[in-house]
Amino acid sequence: MARYSIFSLARHALRHHEDWPRAWRDPQPKPAYDVVIVGGGGHGLATAYYLAKNHGISNVAVLEKGWLGGGNTGRNTTIVRSNYLLPANARFYEHSLKLWEGLSRELNYNVMFSQRGVLNLAHSDAQMDAYARRGNAMRLNGIDAVLLDRDGVRDMVPQLDFSAAARFPIRGGLLQPRGGTARHDAVAWGFARAADARGVDIIQNCEVTGILREGDRVTGVETTRGTIRAGKIGLAVAGHTGHVAAMAGLRLPIESHLLQAAVSEPLKPLLDTVVTSGAAHVYVSQSDKGELVFGGDLDFYNSYAQRGNLPAIASFTTALIALFPGFGRLRLMRHWGGVMDMTMDGSPIIGKTPLRNFYIDGGWCYGGFKATPGSGWVFAHTIANDAPHPLNEAFSLERFASGHVIDERGAGPVPGAH
Amino acid sequence: MLLIPCPWCGPREEGEFAPGGEGHIRRPEPQAASDQDWAEYLYYRTNPKGLHFERWVHAAGCRRWFNVARDTVTHEIRAVYKMSENRPEGL
Ligand SMILES: Cc1cc2nc3c(=O)[nH]c(=O)nc-3n(C[C@H](O)[C@H](O)[C@H](O)COP(=O)(O)OP(=O)(O)OC[C@H]3O[C@@H](n4cnc5c(N)ncnc54)[C@H](O)[C@@H]3O)c2cc1C
Ligand SMILES: [Zn+2]
Repeated sequence: MARYSIFSLARHALRHHEDWPRAWRDPQPKPAYDVVIVGGGGHGLATAYYLAKNHGISNVAVLEKGWLGGGNTGRNTTIVRSNYLLPANARFYEHSLKLWEGLSRELNYNVMFSQRGVLNLAHSDAQMDAYARRGNAMRLNGIDAVLLDRDGVRDMVPQLDFSAAARFPIRGGLLQPRGGTARHDAVAWGFARAADARGVDIIQNCEVTGILREGDRVTGVETTRGTIRAGKIGLAVAGHTGHVAAMAGLRLPIESHLLQAAVSEPLKPLLDTVVTSGAAHVYVSQSDKGELVFGGDLDFYNSYAQRGNLPAIASFTTALIALFPGFGRLRLMRHWGGVMDMTMDGSPIIGKTPLRNFYIDGGWCYGGFKATPGSGWVFAHTIANDAPHPLNEAFSLERFASGHVIDERGAGPVPGAH
Repeated sequence: MLLIPCPWCGPREEGEFAPGGEGHIRRPEPQAASDQDWAEYLYYRTNPKGLHFERWVHAAGCRRWFNVARDTVTHEIRAVYKMSENRPEGL
């Protein structure tokens, strides 16, 4: 792998950037691999990278039905954080956040990780109490958290509506200073390039259409580019987890839903942190290109349609303008949707399945982008050792039968409620 | 935007309704059900890419529940039927 650096940039600038080597190969699928990963989003690529790097398993293929990062990796709003209440979530997402902090260097690829902070607004005394509790839990778990009062929020984000007539009065907020955003497709490309350099075959335009089984064991996949045998199969298909698992005969505690987001026209720097409001059902940040990136709730009915629909856009845009009246003068530039794999307790499933050699990484709900390096790291461990890492033990599929659900919000078995 | 034909009120826009998830899920016999049976009842879903049989409620209308057969890829509504009715055949 030709390393990227200021010197390589200068050298290529002199040649008008016309002969950069391709970042990863475009191999033909081989008849068999030790491990086949289905899904070339951030999670699948990170898993392949850590299989090769941490476990010395490089006879690996990543099969992607479209192009790398064309799924939720390239559709998400890139918020990275570890501000969780429950211990299993806190430990796992904090491990992931620590990997983010070194990721550009690790991959020799600038993923533009920007720790600009993530601020959750509180609009009532009850919310302040809940945030104090969550902040304390975070600090006990060694995670940074700062409880801000109204003036503290005003110092950080004066653009919010602090008037007496505000629809959502600002009472305070919970800030995670180490949270932030990253460049979504750079994460896919960085992991792809680094995995490829370690011998992983990344195969695009290759849709898995069937899973081969012998008894309670999986042995390979049928694809649009032929049959591929596999010692082990890892599923990292996000919104399609239920659909692909069904090819192996498995039903899961997951529903697929539509989640939308939108960007405004680009502006000069205006908002230097991520602001979220659970009460208003909206969140917003500003991209490095200057666009305001914002989104809100699901559309709430099962969907595999990766496209927009006006009611949800109208709802989160109205909420955004209620919080930031000045944003009402901006034009909407783009909106889009992605298919979300919503679990019934709001936490992911990373682990073994009732089928031997078949592993699942899915159920990412609203927030799997931030998990990308951490999930690849523990999923690679799970596949390599046929056993979960302590960090993902709690995210087993069995928890739904044993009663050990990880319901961060205490919302019950309704996927849209998390 | 979906136009949902409520069996009682006729076609109304999506915003008047709330979705209630997969329909036709039977509560297991409490004495006979294993932990896995309960998990399947409470948490496991069919989640098809294609035809889905689901419940909706006309929340801002007549407030009655009903079943909808809808395609999860195109969002096309193929049938609407009452809570007491079985899945329609031949869709
Ligand atoms: C609008 C929106 C906003 C979001 N905002 C955030 C956020 O701010 N922060 C956050 O942490 N998370 C966020 N998320 C969630 C996050 O994007 C996902 O949880 C995460 O990207 C999922 O993992 P992935 O990157 O591997 O998925 P993907 O990139 O979707 O990768 C899965 C891949 O599998 C492929 N695939 C599917 N079926 C097959 C098949 N049969 N054969 C071969 N390949 C197949 C798909 O084409 C896809 O490329 C958001 C999601 C959306 C839609
Ligand atoms: Zn009605």
